[in-house]
Amino acid sequence: MKFSALLVAGGIISVFFVLVALVSLIWTPFSVEDLVIANRLRPPDSVHLLGTDHFGRDMLSMLMVGSQTSISVAVIAVGIGMALGVPLGLAAAANRGSSYDELIMRGNDLVFAFPSLVIAILITAVFGPSAVNAILAIGIFNIPVFARVTRGGALSQWTLDYVLAARVAGKGKLRISFEHVLPNIANLLIVQGTIQFSLGILAEAGLSYVGLGAQPPTPSWGRMLADAQTFIYGTPGLAVLPGLAIVATVLGFNLLGDGLRDWLDPRIQRSAG
Amino acid sequence: MLHYCLIRLASLILSLIVASVAIFIVIEIIPGDPAAFMLGLNAAPEAVAALKDQLGLTGNPVSRYFAWTGGLLVGDFGTSYTYRVPVSELVMARVSVSVPLALYALLLSTAIAFPVGLFAAARRGRPADFGIMGLTQLGIAVPNFWFAMLLVLVFSIGLKWFSAGGFPGWDAGIIQGLKALTLPAVALALPQGAILSRVMRSALIEALSEDYVRTARAKGLSQRQATVRHALRNALIPVLTIIGLQFSFLLAGAIIIENVFYLPGLGRLIFQGITQRDLVVVESVVMLLVFAVITVNFVVDIAYAAVDPRLRIRR
Repeated sequence: MKFSALLVAGGIISVFFVLVALVSLIWTPFSVEDLVIANRLRPPDSVHLLGTDHFGRDMLSMLMVGSQTSISVAVIAVGIGMALGVPLGLAAAANRGSSYDELIMRGNDLVFAFPSLVIAILITAVFGPSAVNAILAIGIFNIPVFARVTRGGALSQWTLDYVLAARVAGKGKLRISFEHVLPNIANLLIVQGTIQFSLGILAEAGLSYVGLGAQPPTPSWGRMLADAQTFIYGTPGLAVLPGLAIVATVLGFNLLGDGLRDWLDPRIQRSAG
Repeated sequence: MLHYCLIRLASLILSLIVASVAIFIVIEIIPGDPAAFMLGLNAAPEAVAALKDQLGLTGNPVSRYFAWTGGLLVGDFGTSYTYRVPVSELVMARVSVSVPLALYALLLSTAIAFPVGLFAAARRGRPADFGIMGLTQLGIAVPNFWFAMLLVLVFSIGLKWFSAGGFPGWDAGIIQGLKALTLPAVALALPQGAILSRVMRSALIEALSEDYVRTARAKGLSQRQATVRHALRNALIPVLTIIGLQFSFLLAGAIIIENVFYLPGLGRLIFQGITQRDLVVVESVVMLLVFAVITVNFVVDIAYAAVDPRLRIRR
């Protein structure tokens, strides 16, 4: 009962924000490129439902387009983490105990020593700030996360009879990894993907807030918060909405992750907890 | 135990070497000519040559790497190009803000997590437990810099209890210094405290279901005594690991929070370094942060083995 409630609540919130991002691709109440200084810092009214910012841009439209930035950065960063981390983890598990396995795991430990913010700082110091660099920073940090989860899940699969059967049938490690092991640990990866997704949204917001992520005029929730800070004495409302949007999205995907974990495989609960 | 410590120490040193090589490559090799990069597009060739000389960038990369790391080992972090003072001086001044801030936040998050985790575990499955778990979910989802802004709104602008930012320096007195660090520390501690509460709760619940707790109860101990004397100690192992991991997150998180509160810490130093293209500062401070993360994790591993003898013969 409780589990399905988590799943439903998380699912509804997550789908809502994804839909908002998709809708904002084709329609927003106002264009976010329209700067109407005469309209700046307006309180909510019937025209601008959530008011306007310091450039007179419609807050609702800004929030809608901001969801695009957050979600696309998080999706691509999770994609990078999975695309590189999963094969590494599968390879490590297939060659358990070998120097190759050791190399991958120690390399993982090393990347873990660089929090995504520090990676972003390194990249930005040399290449300058941009949304692409934020994606890279968060994506690089995701690689060891997925490698570790994949290796952990795959190791237990390799001890099972069906893998032995596949080996007897003459299949190589590569084929077994992708044809048999990977589908059986897909649940684990989906759940981890949801968790990394919400962490990615938080990381993107933080990077944009300090100016290392998406650059103006691209609207992003973190950037909006940074702008709002200047006006916090006069118009505190500006600082509330983007923050609420971040909290709601992250909460939605966290609940979805928890719900999926319980729903897909109750056994994971212990080991991942 | 000694064998285990030696192996971990070797891996610590290896990690530091690889990390320093990675940082060196990103900062000094990828930009091509760091001196030209620092001076910008319109720099005169003579100025670039002079800066190259000043920064010691004239040698080949290998000897430059050894000069840099050799300097780090004896506390010579190079000279800041923009501040024209040794980076070690800048770092020393900033560390006295960032490290107390991270420790303060760690203390707060632990102080939140222990009672909350204990309380929730004791009421497992009841409404109070669900309520607390819901709140911790919320706590995890809140970006700390946004929470910091809300704290400023309420406690600085509204109630006027704390200043909205800045740091008076430790010379102004410990109380004044701690007061300036309180809102930043609370902002950092909330999400970490929420995570730690959940870990504490699940570790306790697992420990409470063990046979030794039942034995303790059968011996006549009250539930409270059994929890504190037996379950709590065993639940501390996973909690310790997370606390160790959190220190590095707090140091990194402090980089952002320092910007919210205009605190003169390492984070501000890094950002100033980035905007002023002062690669010497960025390189050394990033190395210092990574050194702190790797070393703290090493200490946690050793502490872990000291607490739990089974881990010493792992694998």
